[in-house]
Amino acid sequence: MRHIISLLMENEAGALSRVAGLFSARGYNIESLTVATTEDPTMSRMTIVTSGSDDVIEQINKQLNKLIEVVQVMDLTEGEHIERELMLVKVKAEGAAREEMKRMADIFRGRIIDVTDATYTIELTGSGTKLDNFLQAIDRSLILETVRTGASGIGRGKRILKL
Amino acid sequence: MELTGAEITIRCLQDEGVEYVFGYPGGAVLFIYDALFNQDKVKHILVRHEQAAVHAADGYARSTEKVGVALVTSGPGVTNAVTGIATAYMDSIPMVVISGQVPTGAIGEDAFQEVDTVGITRPCVKHNFLVKDVKDIASTIKKAFYLAKSGRPGPVLVDIPKDISIAKAEYDYPKNVSIRSYNPQVKADATAIKQAAELLLSAKRPVIYTGGGVILSDAAKPLTELVRGLGYPCVSTLMGLGGYPETDKLFLGMPGMHGTLEANLGMQNCDVLLAVGARFDDRVIGNVSHFNSVPRKIIHIDIDPASISKRVQVDVALVGDVKEVVKELQAALKSVKQKPDAAAQADWWKQIGEWRGRNSLAYKNSTEVIKPQYVVEKLYEITKGEAFVTSDVGQHQMWAAQYYKFDEPRRWINSGGLGTMGFGLPAAMGVKLAHPKADVACITGEGSIQMCIQELSTCKQFRLPIKVLSLNNRYLGMVRQWQEFFHGNRYAESYMDALPDFVKLAEAYGHVGIRVVNPADVEGAIKEAFARKNELVFMDFQTDPTENVFPMVPGGKGLSDIIMAEDL
Ligand SMILES: Cc1ncc(C[n+]2csc(CCOP(=O)(O)OP(=O)(O)O)c2C)c(N)n1
Repeated sequence: MRHIISLLMENEAGALSRVAGLFSARGYNIESLTVATTEDPTMSRMTIVTSGSDDVIEQINKQLNKLIEVVQVMDLTEGEHIERELMLVKVKAEGAAREEMKRMADIFRGRIIDVTDATYTIELTGSGTKLDNFLQAIDRSLILETVRTGASGIGRGKRILKL
Repeated sequence: MELTGAEITIRCLQDEGVEYVFGYPGGAVLFIYDALFNQDKVKHILVRHEQAAVHAADGYARSTEKVGVALVTSGPGVTNAVTGIATAYMDSIPMVVISGQVPTGAIGEDAFQEVDTVGITRPCVKHNFLVKDVKDIASTIKKAFYLAKSGRPGPVLVDIPKDISIAKAEYDYPKNVSIRSYNPQVKADATAIKQAAELLLSAKRPVIYTGGGVILSDAAKPLTELVRGLGYPCVSTLMGLGGYPETDKLFLGMPGMHGTLEANLGMQNCDVLLAVGARFDDRVIGNVSHFNSVPRKIIHIDIDPASISKRVQVDVALVGDVKEVVKELQAALKSVKQKPDAAAQADWWKQIGEWRGRNSLAYKNSTEVIKPQYVVEKLYEITKGEAFVTSDVGQHQMWAAQYYKFDEPRRWINSGGLGTMGFGLPAAMGVKLAHPKADVACITGEGSIQMCIQELSTCKQFRLPIKVLSLNNRYLGMVRQWQEFFHGNRYAESYMDALPDFVKLAEAYGHVGIRVVNPADVEGAIKEAFARKNELVFMDFQTDPTENVFPMVPGGKGLSDIIMAEDL
């Protein structure tokens, strides 16, 4: 099953490689991994999307907790949570396609953040599936490049991951 | 007063009460060696290869309750040390390794003798640090020692760039350390303890399965009380030998690939298994699904939550320091009114008695050729079971584990998790330094001993009168045994050809060498060796090249698929 694991860790050089190294050394899947500093500059927060049997997920949680620099781990998928991903898509936008592309971006609540004579760059946030759906909805031959951040997640309401 | 980074490093070791540092100098650590030179509190043991420095620090740590310390230079110094670090990591040995690094400005430029030490060692250390500011040296070394010995112990590496060892700062060794992201649980959950006590007392066919965690947490005493209080059968893994007195009647021996029949069938057929600081390793329980095919309740005591339900699902998890938890469990057992079911226990012991009666460690001795088992038995007799015994890896290691009966913890020193050939001799150096008055024996094979043979020179320099018992079967015996059993007797590269004359070799290093060919001479040779109190004696026993280790649970098989010597 797919799991989204959030963790807080010391904002220190090499901490990311310990997490990445753990996943490769123990043969765990990583679908995506995002990391950035939190409002407390000494700490980073990471969201890892992974998959595995219950036993494997339990081990992943325990092994992450075992890393010295990891402060807290939470499996977001164990409760209510929100998941968002950001995607930037650069598309050809010429002639009739230009209007159509604008319309599709609107439908998906995307924003056009860069415009040239021949291209649009569209910013889109949402669940991974929504981003996939957008890419399927537009004419694939118009896609010039895409870049996605991978999922960031947060628990709903009182589910808080903070030291 | 300001000190250099190098001086601070040595002061930290002094303040940690470090007695010995095992190391080898080089460019990146020149200033640290200079600081060592200017003091005499911390003694440096110059090895002949960095792998040996780490194994020696490891042997020192295993035979004491202290942290082992090694010091190596950058680049090849570190890469040579990696085998030793991984060995310590697999067996959770508390150790601090200090390595030199190229100057901070040169890092990343493929400088002379630069390797990414933190990167290379990351998967085989508990934690590692690259010190980037001289002001951080003291706090980092403090953390390193704390991490190495607390929680589940392990090696911690501190990488110090050369310029940082030259830069100056005020020295202040922190008294305390706290790491917000690191709080190992020491005491187990009280309800789980109660549950465990009830489950134990309701057992009809109990087994207490003890591992290296008992040794590491110094829990032998409370464990022994617990086992005796219950009167339940006890087994110890290769790493746990000595945690419970082997000569006691409740002791069934070692379980696993070369364990006794009674230990293996006891583990397989019990209805309640209490695992104490053991991790259900593949060499211990064999095939997991075969092991799980018998329903049983499992209670698991371990300091590392990640060890629990890793390979085998457990019913009651007691996370905490083994020593603490065993004591808590003992107290809980006393408060439960229920007593063990005497009739069921009697039946269980009767069953165990039958397995025991098959005498799975019996071997046919010979008057023609030296049997390796016989050598170990004689060593046991002559040293009255009181020696510290280190070993290398192979058949001789298994025979040492099977035939030397350890009644006390920290006497049996071997590389269980990584299985590192070359461990025995350098580990024995660390043991001998820690216990100068005790008898220290290294049981080895002619293959393994050659992996760190250069340390005979270190033994000469530091006058370490270790007794080396080489069970020389002219084969990489353990490899040969597998080839005989599973590869149609095709002995690919397992014959040790062109062996040196070990007697002359020992003499060349300034030691005493004895070759023993005749079984009748075994006893005399060992006695002579131990009588030579101040000399290292290398005993080259020409043993039976065809001897195999029994019993054996073939890899991937279940514990009841055990093969006995008599089966063949
Ligand atoms: C560094 C290392 N390389 C290879 C092995 C694989 N191996 C395990 S046992 C063994 C044979 C050991 O031979 P020897 O030391 O002569 O001992 P014996 O088995 O004959 O008692 C080998 C090669 C190992 N454990 N360690």
